[in-house]
Amino acid sequence: MPDRVRIEGASKSFGELQALKNVSMSVGAGETVVVIGPSGSGKSTLLRAVNRLEVLTSGDIWIDEDHVTNHTSDIRRIREEVGMVFQNFNLFPHLTVLQNLMLAPTCVKKRSKADAEKQAVGLLARVGLSEKKDAWPEQLSGGQKQRVAIARALAMEPKVMLFDEPTSALDPEMVKEVLDVMLDLAREGMTLMVVTHEMGFAKAAAHRVIFMDQGEIIEIGSPADLFERPQNERTKKFLAHIL
Amino acid sequence: MAEVRPLPVRIQVTDGALIPGKGDKTVRASWKIALFGALGLLVFLPLYNMAPVQEFVLSLWAGLFPSPELTARLDLLRSGKYQNIWVDILLYLPDGLAVTFSVTLSSILLATVFGLAAGLGQISRVVLLNRIATVYVEVIRGIPLLVQIFYIYFALGNLFHLDGFFAAVLSMAFCYGAYMGEIFRAGIQAVPVGQMEAALALGLSRSQAIRRIILPQTVKIILPAIGNEFIALLKDSSMVSVMALVDLLRLAKNYGSNHGDYFPPLTVVALVYLVMTLILSWLVALMEERLNQNAR
Ligand SMILES: Nc1ncnc2c1ncn2[C@@H]1O[C@H](COP(=O)(O)OP(=O)(O)O)[C@@H](O)[C@H]1O
Ligand SMILES: [Mg+2]
Repeated sequence: MPDRVRIEGASKSFGELQALKNVSMSVGAGETVVVIGPSGSGKSTLLRAVNRLEVLTSGDIWIDEDHVTNHTSDIRRIREEVGMVFQNFNLFPHLTVLQNLMLAPTCVKKRSKADAEKQAVGLLARVGLSEKKDAWPEQLSGGQKQRVAIARALAMEPKVMLFDEPTSALDPEMVKEVLDVMLDLAREGMTLMVVTHEMGFAKAAAHRVIFMDQGEIIEIGSPADLFERPQNERTKKFLAHIL
Repeated sequence: MAEVRPLPVRIQVTDGALIPGKGDKTVRASWKIALFGALGLLVFLPLYNMAPVQEFVLSLWAGLFPSPELTARLDLLRSGKYQNIWVDILLYLPDGLAVTFSVTLSSILLATVFGLAAGLGQISRVVLLNRIATVYVEVIRGIPLLVQIFYIYFALGNLFHLDGFFAAVLSMAFCYGAYMGEIFRAGIQAVPVGQMEAALALGLSRSQAIRRIILPQTVKIILPAIGNEFIALLKDSSMVSVMALVDLLRLAKNYGSNHGDYFPPLTVVALVYLVMTLILSWLVALMEERLNQNAR
């Protein structure tokens, strides 16, 4: 697999605190990489550096040929191709579900309204929410909100999708409906970088799992290797803690 | 008797009237007393001062405590030369009201433009814009409105030959723009950061995100505060009476000096202001409730 996302020597400091320490990793085209690790280990910071919501202190990130961390790069164009799904959805509350999906395609890609609407309707069907197209975000359950958020990101036809703990804010009974959508994406060959503690998803979808602790990558392996035969003590301790 | 509970802790952003929101029984009760008291007086005083009513009342008094002064006043009433000032002043009111309203409306519109610019400036990453906006807000808020009005009308107005209405609107808007700038800034910052991040992540530019995502949410947040500013501005517009503009207050003052009696015109004008601000604050509260109901 050619690399779609390449991260080399990424470091990030917040004042004294080093959130990322010389992190290098890659995500191949069509690959699903799951990032796990204790709270505060730098997972979100790493993910947010990929679309430059977080500016690295040092290090480089490429998405295909695009040099994300180079400040002369057109970051907006790069972001069009990188979908992001947040823990707390961040749907636009003043727009209906359909409008949430149509905003970026019409506003950024200058698509016609009719075009964007047709695409949005298709995406809503894909995440199983056709009947909610005219609903307001506040009228949706958490699981529905997150599925809309995924559809909203897909509307830009990204080549990479970033997920930051997409099911952590959900009631347990809604986790599956969101993971199922993500699993479909993985199977269809979308490139995914997912921060999650859902081991079931990691086992079913991930090509590789990355364990991070204190701003560093401690261990990388296939789900089978990393979950069943962790090499590092810190990995073992963490897995014992969450499993 | 209804139980009187202490007011809930509530920090007023502006000096608008207390808002009779649902639940604040104490505030609601005092709001009703004030409104119906003022309306009642506005009806009662002109009626009470009608010639037949006065004649009846004064002759009663004269019967009880006869005095030359009462006799003189009764003679005047019977001579047909008596004029009911309280009715007369009401006839003049519409002219003053029109000026007060047009100054207030124009000022609030222009102040919103200044305020939006100042608010956006204060969150701008362009250092120069940021400085200009913050200094504007600090400077203007540190100078009394009346001084600014004098300054623009008398000092600058002489230099640039400013028309009274224009000078009034400009000074009010300039001053209130600074306060509204603070409201806009707070309103923009009250929108969760995740909204901006989600917009940026979708490829929107910062300015697109502000226009399409942040400001529409800001407007809902700040509408009640803007309503309060409107009320405060309506009241403060009485300060433009120092200019050649004949607003409500100036009208009352002119009327008083022409008739040698300031009591009726100033009483009526005070009551009219009170009625207007009480009704407006009720409207603001209604709007706030509506916004809270469908909090999207
Ligand atoms: N904007 C910020 N300012 C200061 N510290 C931050 C900021 N964002 C994250 N951090 C800190 O960086 C560290 C890593 O955070 P994060 O990447 O969110 O971890 P994780 O997602 O693994 O829980 C934490 O200690 C966190 O407190
Ligand atoms: Mg995180």
